[in-house]
Amino acid sequence: MAAHLVAKTSEIAEDEAKKVIIGDQHVAVFNLGGEFYATDDICTHAYASLSEGYIEDGCVECPLHAGRFDIKTGKAQGVPVTEDIKTFPVRVDGDNVYVEI
Amino acid sequence: MSTLESIVIIGAGHTGGRAAEALRGAGFAGRVVLVGEESHLPYERPPLSKELLAGTMELEKVTLNPESYYDENNIQLLLGISAQEIELGLGRVRLSDDTDVAFDKLMIATGGRVRRLACPGADLHGVYYIRDINDTLLLRPELRDGVRVAVIGGGFIGLEVAATARRRGCHVTVIELADQVLARVADPAVGALVADIHHAEGVHIVTGASVERIEGDAEVAEVICTDGETLEVDVVVVGIGILPNQEIAAEAGIACGPKGTQGGIKVDEFGHTSAANVYAAGDVAFHYNPILKRHLRLESWGNAQNSAIAVARNMVLDPVAYAEVPWFWSDQFDLNLQVAGAPETWDRLVVRGDPAAKKGIVFYMTGDRVVGATAFNQGREMRFLKKLVETGAPVDDSALADEGKRLRDIAG
Repeated sequence: MAAHLVAKTSEIAEDEAKKVIIGDQHVAVFNLGGEFYATDDICTHAYASLSEGYIEDGCVECPLHAGRFDIKTGKAQGVPVTEDIKTFPVRVDGDNVYVEI
Repeated sequence: MSTLESIVIIGAGHTGGRAAEALRGAGFAGRVVLVGEESHLPYERPPLSKELLAGTMELEKVTLNPESYYDENNIQLLLGISAQEIELGLGRVRLSDDTDVAFDKLMIATGGRVRRLACPGADLHGVYYIRDINDTLLLRPELRDGVRVAVIGGGFIGLEVAATARRRGCHVTVIELADQVLARVADPAVGALVADIHHAEGVHIVTGASVERIEGDAEVAEVICTDGETLEVDVVVVGIGILPNQEIAAEAGIACGPKGTQGGIKVDEFGHTSAANVYAAGDVAFHYNPILKRHLRLESWGNAQNSAIAVARNMVLDPVAYAEVPWFWSDQFDLNLQVAGAPETWDRLVVRGDPAAKKGIVFYMTGDRVVGATAFNQGREMRFLKKLVETGAPVDDSALADEGKRLRDIAG
């Protein structure tokens, strides 16, 4: 596992996300109330970018079919998404946001 | 309710599958029988004209649940079997294998079948349709680099097939009867935006024309259009709409909507048909929408899923109206197109962002209300677009057009 610098904290506004690509892995980095989290960017249901989704109550809603995932745990919240989304550890050092993959 | 009660669902597509799941989700412990004509487990159809056709999605990925799910949840699957007749008085459905299955409650989720081309040559080899997995798997190997494809019909299915075929290196011509593509679901100006995106990708679009005949010696060779244009082709794909599979209901005396493409089995806002204990959902249901205050039939992923869930719950729990703003979406090239509402009329359009550059929204306005919207790569705004249509709250054109004003604030 290696830490990858993915963003400055100021780059991602609250309840917003940034998409980054680390190797072959598409990652969505979220800011939830000042805390940063990272998940696989590609929905488990269909090919869509979760970083383009709507964020509310700690969940991200897929922009394609409105399937929802808990951003912190990756837990799928019900139809049409049944498979959880992968999550990645995030570390904030000063104003640098690192994702470990 | 007795736990011995038996529910039969006719149709094991997306709607039937989600309905069975929702019955168990609602705590129904009786018998659930899912009868489906296709041999496949219940699946979602959107990938059939996109990822599955392109070969970028595995077949297993389109199914709702693995086979084990049905065993574990005691859902009896009768696949490869069609329902022949509903015997309302006897409370049973006669099946194509000469058996019958008894029900206390019945859901009809028979969906639709493709409208077929009726012109001379329509039965030649090389004419394809897309409705089920088998159709897609038959067409897929034909869409090779350099193959000449004529797509009949410039609706969502036709344009999605055109985009997929183009990406696979085919030479593609779309033939649309109306003056613009997407004529059934969009303003001509919106259709023109989408047509331009196809032009830029090298798709040739012919509008205001239909197919007079297809020529060929066993295999398709030429498509002759009514405007005189002749296309040399290797493959013809037809996407000219579907017809609701309502006959089994009509023959049982259950009320249906007007004949033709609208048609469908008439249900109220709870999914109840004119017959006691008989419900319908999905593409086949000509349902009352309390938001739009009219009956309509929808052919969409969202309706297939959400009407299934709502109506299944109404079969076993206290009824709650199925009341959602219609929602459609389509993927073509790098464009995700989403539509909120199903307006029949509007008096003007308001544009936000730059739809021509594949990032923006077109609002359909009636007076000071949003009655519909088409979003170009703006999926995250869909919930607000639906909300604007649902509430019918008065809004200013200038606010909608101003990207500096958030739609979540405008929608309230």
